[in-house]
Amino acid sequence: MKVKVLSRNPDDYVRETKYDIQRVPRNYDPSLHPFEVNREYTRALNATKLERVFAKPFLASLDGHRDGVNCMAKHSTRLSSLLSGSCDGELKIWNLTKRECVRTIQAHEGFVRGIVVRFCGTSFFTVGDDKTIKQWKIQSPEYGEEEEPLNTILGKTVFTGLDHHRQEGVFATCGQQVDIWDEQRSSPIRSFTWGVDSFSSVRFNPVETELLASCASDRSIVLYDMREATPLKKVVMTMRSNTLCWNPMEAYYFTCANEDYNLYTYDMRNLEQPVTVHMDHVSAVLDVDFSPTGKEFVSASFDKTIRIFPKDGGHSREVYHTKRMQHVICIKWSADNKYILSGMEIFLLFSDPQLTHREREAINYSQKLKEKFQHHPQIKRIAHHRHLPKTVYHQSKELRVMREARRRKERNVRKHSKPGSVPVVTEREKHVVTVVK
Amino acid sequence: MAKVMKKKVGKMKVKKGKKVKKRQETNGDSSGEMQEETEDFTAVSGAVRYDDDDGEEEDLNPEISADEEEANEEDERKRNKLVQAISSMGGGHRSTRLEERSEAVIQVSEFGVNAVGEGSKIELSDLIPTATKKAQKQIETLQRGRKTLDTPLSRQETERIHRDIAFQKVSDEVSKWKSVIKQNQRAEQLLFPLNQEPSGPKPMEHVVTAWKARTPLEQEIFALLNANKQPIHNPVLTPAEEESIKAMSLEEAKIRRAELQKSRALQSYYEAKARRERKIKSKKYHKVHNKAKRKEMLKQFDEMVKTNPEAALEELKKLEMARMQERMSLKHQNSGKWAKSKAIMAKYDEDARKAMQQQLELNKDLTQKVVTALNNDEEEDNEEEEGTEEVLPDFVNDAEKAENVANPWMRGKLTEEEQEEEKISMMVDEAVVIEESSEEEEEVNEEEALLREFENRRQRRKEEENQMADQDEEEEEDVVAEDELSEFTSIIRGLKEKPEELIVDNSMPLVEGLTRIQTFEDAENLDLEMSENIKDDVTEIVQLEETTKEPSPKKAKKRKRNIELKEVLTKEAKVVNVPLKFTTEEAEEEDLEDEIHQRGLIKEAFAGDDVVSDFLKEKRKQEAAGKPKVIDLTLPGWGEWGGLGLKPSKNKRRKFRIKTGPVVQRKDSKLPEVIMSEQRDKSITPHQVSSLPFPFDNHTQFESTIRCPLGRTWNSEKTVKKVTQAKVVTQLGAIIEPMGREELKKSQQNASHQKSQSQTATNQKKAQPERRKKQAQKRKKHRE
Repeated sequence: MKVKVLSRNPDDYVRETKYDIQRVPRNYDPSLHPFEVNREYTRALNATKLERVFAKPFLASLDGHRDGVNCMAKHSTRLSSLLSGSCDGELKIWNLTKRECVRTIQAHEGFVRGIVVRFCGTSFFTVGDDKTIKQWKIQSPEYGEEEEPLNTILGKTVFTGLDHHRQEGVFATCGQQVDIWDEQRSSPIRSFTWGVDSFSSVRFNPVETELLASCASDRSIVLYDMREATPLKKVVMTMRSNTLCWNPMEAYYFTCANEDYNLYTYDMRNLEQPVTVHMDHVSAVLDVDFSPTGKEFVSASFDKTIRIFPKDGGHSREVYHTKRMQHVICIKWSADNKYILSGMEIFLLFSDPQLTHREREAINYSQKLKEKFQHHPQIKRIAHHRHLPKTVYHQSKELRVMREARRRKERNVRKHSKPGSVPVVTEREKHVVTVVK
Repeated sequence: MAKVMKKKVGKMKVKKGKKVKKRQETNGDSSGEMQEETEDFTAVSGAVRYDDDDGEEEDLNPEISADEEEANEEDERKRNKLVQAISSMGGGHRSTRLEERSEAVIQVSEFGVNAVGEGSKIELSDLIPTATKKAQKQIETLQRGRKTLDTPLSRQETERIHRDIAFQKVSDEVSKWKSVIKQNQRAEQLLFPLNQEPSGPKPMEHVVTAWKARTPLEQEIFALLNANKQPIHNPVLTPAEEESIKAMSLEEAKIRRAELQKSRALQSYYEAKARRERKIKSKKYHKVHNKAKRKEMLKQFDEMVKTNPEAALEELKKLEMARMQERMSLKHQNSGKWAKSKAIMAKYDEDARKAMQQQLELNKDLTQKVVTALNNDEEEDNEEEEGTEEVLPDFVNDAEKAENVANPWMRGKLTEEEQEEEKISMMVDEAVVIEESSEEEEEVNEEEALLREFENRRQRRKEEENQMADQDEEEEEDVVAEDELSEFTSIIRGLKEKPEELIVDNSMPLVEGLTRIQTFEDAENLDLEMSENIKDDVTEIVQLEETTKEPSPKKAKKRKRNIELKEVLTKEAKVVNVPLKFTTEEAEEEDLEDEIHQRGLIKEAFAGDDVVSDFLKEKRKQEAAGKPKVIDLTLPGWGEWGGLGLKPSKNKRRKFRIKTGPVVQRKDSKLPEVIMSEQRDKSITPHQVSSLPFPFDNHTQFESTIRCPLGRTWNSEKTVKKVTQAKVVTQLGAIIEPMGREELKKSQQNASHQKSQSQTATNQKKAQPERRKKQAQKRKKHRE
């Protein structure tokens, strides 16, 4: 016999407090509630205004480094810790909730080039300009114990980047070549080269964990499979890519931050042209990190701004900057999708403290209203308005003019030449030079 | 890699081709060797002759020395050939041996003169004719399979191939995620972190089964409990105890099982029977069945009267109650929805008529007075006394009974109508005339009948009262039973043919006074008679008509039942000439003509409407609408006398007449062929969307999305929740791990599961926007 039991969400019928109003059945006769579009429009307008009024994304800055912050790493199992390495070889571990430094290590001589926390969260690896890879414990040493790395590997060349496998004790470094290391060994288990160039970053695919991608200085992005002896494919672009980041929810998409002010999202199966070109920055993009939901990513640029792009949108939906912010070299999106951490300043992404049910519903409703009326000019104007530093503002204007001029010229050339002789090249096709198999 | 493979294959092909050629050559050699030899000989002989010819020619030719040399060479060649021929006759073995001998001559022959390197080798083909068939085949395959190894590819090329293969493999592997990614992109809401446990209460089984002993102590205890089969979750009884409780003696169990089996079998048997009977559609069967049932009941009642008079009395009381209820209610009065619809259909449908009749009959049966035996007697007497006075039959009681249609006195109103309709359908003037007269008569009749009926009823009531009093006094218990019986029989008498005969033995012969007995057969007979009458009429009419026209006999038959279109329509239809559509053949034949014709057609089509004047009219209308109007707000009777024929004074009218501002020139006033709308409101335009936004195809789509409100003022709580749910929901303080492989498995499982459900889901989705649209339309209407 099948027994059906009523089960309701108490949120639907229980009052939040005893002072709250009781739910009353309503009459939904449309004649009793006229002017619905007009009323909702005003609500939407108010919601957008309020959103702008209360948008105060900057939360805190963590002070302590004596030199510029060169790299950062999120803790893999703890939300509250953050690791950062500076240009003087110092490494700091921060407690984000208390906003204080927990531990300082003089990790390397020269730059700390890369930090990565092991998937289990018990230890982390660093690489530096002193050609060493060091493994450290996350736990701070006990009283009287010396601050020493667990392991130190001396490499032949300088390492510029580092990433760890998501499930196994394997990590990858890049420099003159891309090396795959076993944690237990002092020599790489595999090293990939393809021509002579140096690599600026290497990243493991978080979903298909055996895949890697790296950015080389010869303007190329190279794909690897850890199990294969050779690299897989290489795409050469017009300008050099600084870093790349895999989408953590969509296995075959990655986004690279390019020197030509743009970011490119590629489908790794088809490197002939990027899926989307994200443009808004006015200077080289230095770092990119995906949100853990895989819906958006954040990019840091040389133009001293941080931008948030939707993964399939051509333009940014948000731009952050502060007065004291310099060229942002590294950026991270926190693992709970709430915060953005950039070269030592933290931005709150969504002001999302413990909301009550009704508050959340109200927010959802206003969000939907904004979405619904987003095309209305007044609302659009308010929603899209951002204050920008003067240089960025003017430069973006200049860029726009330049782009327009170029387009116009191309159009004219096409107009005055034999039909078909000047083909239309889309924005996506422009930036890929070749794909090397 | 593929390319390289192709190259190889190409090479192979070339080689094979070469080989085949070679083989053919060799074969040709072997087969045609003898021929060649003979040819050679002839050639030699020819050459000898030729020499002489040459000699002759020499005289003619000035260049002798050169010629001589040539001749020498030729001689040499010929000789060689000869030697070859001879050597070949000798067999291969020697020649092979001969090859070993090496001298500083290019060609060394067996005979010490010279020999040719060619032909010294033994080709396989040389052996073929001598070998067996099997060996031949083997040789062929061997030749075919012979390969030389290719030079290895360069490192770059091999690496490239490796890379290509590896990339293919990886991209295939990665493409597995496609479905998951698509699914997530399409999902209305995504909850992060993935693999969350659903909130809310869990089912009890999960909670119980999920709990496991973790600590060593717990584990130890559980091991012990399990070993002893101790109950863990519900520590009341051990399984052994439960078993002992459940156990019962074997015999008992057997008996019980048998009982159960029997009862189950019986039940199933009865069920099957009932089902079978219910399925029978035959009305006759049911009629007979019911009759039999009734008989049975009657018998039982008889017995009951004898054995248990009290119970019989109760039964009778029940019947009385039923009658009372029937009289009170409007049931079976043909006043319900069903009956009305049937009444409409009754004109055309025999079955509908019958159904109505049945209803009325039922009503009659139920409402009929329960007549006791004593009553009957007295009533009879009364009737006999009054019979002379009341000549009219009491059809009023069963006024609605329509069985005897033929007799106008015996039919109620409904049947009359039916007949009317039939008459109308016949469309005969005479009939109409008759009918009119009959209607008048009928009205009079009805009134009389009503009066009579009331009288009758009054009388009956009096009689009844008298009887009651009498009964009380005179007869008591004995009579009561008889009364009841007679009552019962009188009730069923309508349904039975001969109820009297059955009951005669027990009680006095029953003679019905006021109530009339009528059976279906009677009714049917009457019907038959009626229809015969009608037929006669119709045939007469037909004959009449035949004098004017000559319709076919079939038509005449049809006319009996159905309404004829021609007869109903008073006006004659006009014949409209419509230009027929041109066939393609015609078009082919006369293209030019057709074109002209087309134009003509278009002209014809638009001949009526003058486009220009229409446009001008439209424009004038718009202009008129746009012009400022004078609004008159004068109210008569305010501030002065009002009433019929009084108009508000001029002064007042002037005062309350509001003139709107000066006439603004229209934008299109100087553009005669343009209408420009003046309705555009400049103050609103900055708030309006000027161009169609991206995802929408047309403006109606966009407008409809804007028109649907989202708030809880207009929508129910549930829809608001559904509409406003966030696309991505994350938890505060929960780490969102990248997607794992388990997600892939899950989606694959879901895919198969969802396929079955997808249809219903799509249907629901389709239904939803429609509903919303409807709402929006409703709202629009309201506003308007």
